[in-house]
Amino acid sequence: MIITDVLCPFCGALCDDIVVEVEKNKIIEVREACEIGVSKMMGHERIATPMIRENGELKETTYENAIDKTAEILVNSLRPLIYGWSSTTCEAHRKGIELAEELGAVIDNTASVCHGPSILAIQNVGLPSCTLGQIKNRADLIIYWGSNQAEAHPRHMSRYTSFPRGFFSEEGRRGKKVVVLDVRKTTTVEVADDFIQVAPGEDYPVLSALRAILAGEENVVPSCVGGVSKEKLIELVEKMKSARFGILFFGLGLTHSRGRYNNVVNAISLVRELNAHTKFVIMPMRGHYNVTGFNQVCTWETGFPFAVDFSRGQPWYNPGETSAVDILNREECDAVLVIASDPGAHFPKKSIEFMAKIPVIQIDPYPNPTTELADVVIPSAIAGIEVEGTAYRMDKVPIRLRKIIEPNHLSDEEILSRVLNKVRERRGE
Amino acid sequence: MKKIDVKLITGRLVEQGIHLENKMSDEYLKAAAVCELNERDMAGLGIRDGGNVRVKSRFGEVVVRARINNDNPAGIAFIPMGAWANRVIDPDTGGCGMPHYKGTDAEVSLSYESIPTIKELMEDVK
Repeated sequence: MIITDVLCPFCGALCDDIVVEVEKNKIIEVREACEIGVSKMMGHERIATPMIRENGELKETTYENAIDKTAEILVNSLRPLIYGWSSTTCEAHRKGIELAEELGAVIDNTASVCHGPSILAIQNVGLPSCTLGQIKNRADLIIYWGSNQAEAHPRHMSRYTSFPRGFFSEEGRRGKKVVVLDVRKTTTVEVADDFIQVAPGEDYPVLSALRAILAGEENVVPSCVGGVSKEKLIELVEKMKSARFGILFFGLGLTHSRGRYNNVVNAISLVRELNAHTKFVIMPMRGHYNVTGFNQVCTWETGFPFAVDFSRGQPWYNPGETSAVDILNREECDAVLVIASDPGAHFPKKSIEFMAKIPVIQIDPYPNPTTELADVVIPSAIAGIEVEGTAYRMDKVPIRLRKIIEPNHLSDEEILSRVLNKVRERRGE
Repeated sequence: MKKIDVKLITGRLVEQGIHLENKMSDEYLKAAAVCELNERDMAGLGIRDGGNVRVKSRFGEVVVRARINNDNPAGIAFIPMGAWANRVIDPDTGGCGMPHYKGTDAEVSLSYESIPTIKELMEDVK
């Protein structure tokens, strides 16, 4: 059976034109997707059954036992941390936030080690943005800053930005200019018209210099800023001012380096000021396919997008205090539930050294470094392949994930629902 | 032993992305336990393409395979995001939740030790 218009549940570009061939409940071919998408949809080694660690070894058990053990750990925890969420559905997010509220837990999302600083910046200065459809149809200047989309979102350029012919961009690639700013000459540069190499950690002064030139104050700009010549900066400002519709996509090059959210505040401010001259918009290159969805669901459920602490009986938000890495680095929590993410691989050594000392529960389809630290492991069905649900693309457009094959495991939402029931049962509610 | 000082940058590579949900495999190790350096930096260390290097910072150290990437400026070491890179990065979040995944000061030197597997890396933190 051939299924068309399938969504790829990998990156924030959320491509929705994938063709999948299924035979006997197995995906045998994936077309149109990028290499990463094909790899994800063709499948990898799975966690076969629920497991509980006994005397240092993970032993197979039933869903019922693993869920009961999870509830026991969470009910006995004074300060549980619930973390992850970027590779699952909004329906699971909603259930997870309900569980966090019930427990008085801290709930955080992979955004805190990704575009969390961008969210802080957006809360400061707003976000003049648009949808990817607008960019496809209108943009004639496309800037990628600190974003190697050729490796991280391989079809971003062909679907939404540089290559497609749109309603007001009939010429396709010929009618568009692409500029890349980065500390390295990344593979994205190969398909760009211009590359500007910024010295590591110097994005903030380069953005400030661009703003000064735009404001007509180029006399205060030195001959070289952050490794970029003044002439090159003036040329870029002219290019931006003369665009009909410009877009600045920024990646973790801004959020992961010195300056963090301040870099993003400066980038958004530059784009805001460009609107005195032409139409210009800005968008974070969100990584996981539904990291944006968690921030949406968390905001409408709690008022805040990530790093929400329910220990006061009401939502409290203070990234730096209530974000997962900080809580682990301060050795503050006494249990962690990890779902649809892998802090074992993606958190700093100091954070996972503390995770190794406290009970860890993992809900995930795949074995990974977090499994090595976990005391309870609950396998789940793969959202977007075995479970339908809602996900938000990087431009905050919600799209319905489809179920392609029948699962052999429970969905994240079902697991969380059963954990919540057990927690309430144990508390005598 | 010769050493060079570098700024460590971590980030996505397609190969690492392909095996992101296949982390217990040899393919993931091959894709992510890699340090890309400029040819001049490699020559300065006396290291050939494919040789092992120790990447060390104030926060930790790890052995990975060196690979030439002349699109990297001198003085920048790139390790794909993941279990090996995160042994070395600065965990401080600057009060905003975000560790220093890009820009940690580190030193790179030749190593005759083997690259740790995921299981060995995780045993090391227990």
